[in-house]
Amino acid sequence: MSAGPTGRRKNSMDTFLLYFALFVALLFGASLYRISAGPTVFDRTIGAGLIGTNAVLLLVLIGALYRRLDMFVDLALTYALLNFIGVVALAKYFERSREDSR
Amino acid sequence: MTWLAAALMVIGGVFLLISSIGLLRLPDFYTRAHAVGKSETLGSMLVLGGLALNQGADLTSVKILLILVVIFITNPTATHALTRSAYRSGVAIWKNSQAADK
Repeated sequence: MSAGPTGRRKNSMDTFLLYFALFVALLFGASLYRISAGPTVFDRTIGAGLIGTNAVLLLVLIGALYRRLDMFVDLALTYALLNFIGVVALAKYFERSREDSR
Repeated sequence: MTWLAAALMVIGGVFLLISSIGLLRLPDFYTRAHAVGKSETLGSMLVLGGLALNQGADLTSVKILLILVVIFITNPTATHALTRSAYRSGVAIWKNSQAADK
């Protein structure tokens, strides 16, 4: 088979990981539609959180494809923690009492 | 071992697909949060477990399992915080649902 991203011989697990990463990347479209068309700000925030979780998976998959998993795993861990902090901060920021909404 | 890892990742991919379809198709914010909070967590854990199994036993695999634990704790917590914030802000439930409050 042809050479992989690092120039080594590509095996069948690499092909599987490549198509799986493509599948995870295609799942971003659903979240992007919800961010664009969500009726409330909470729908948009939960779409952004879903993109963050899928991006963590995509980082680990790309690291396994490029044989640099030891570096990409640290990036993915940092991204997972930042995603959590961001979603909780947005939830706290957009909360308002029942009287003055709508 | 490789086949087991690939099988885990395919099952996780099915859960990720269900989560994204739920985010697209379900009628109000709370049902969308239900789809994202549970299905996305299980799908991410299965995919990361498959990747750790594919990597073998070393420090990188331990770090992937650390990402798995972080997602297992933070993803339902973030979804719960967001849903609580939306409920206290008075986001409307689906018009056909049979809830007693509001």
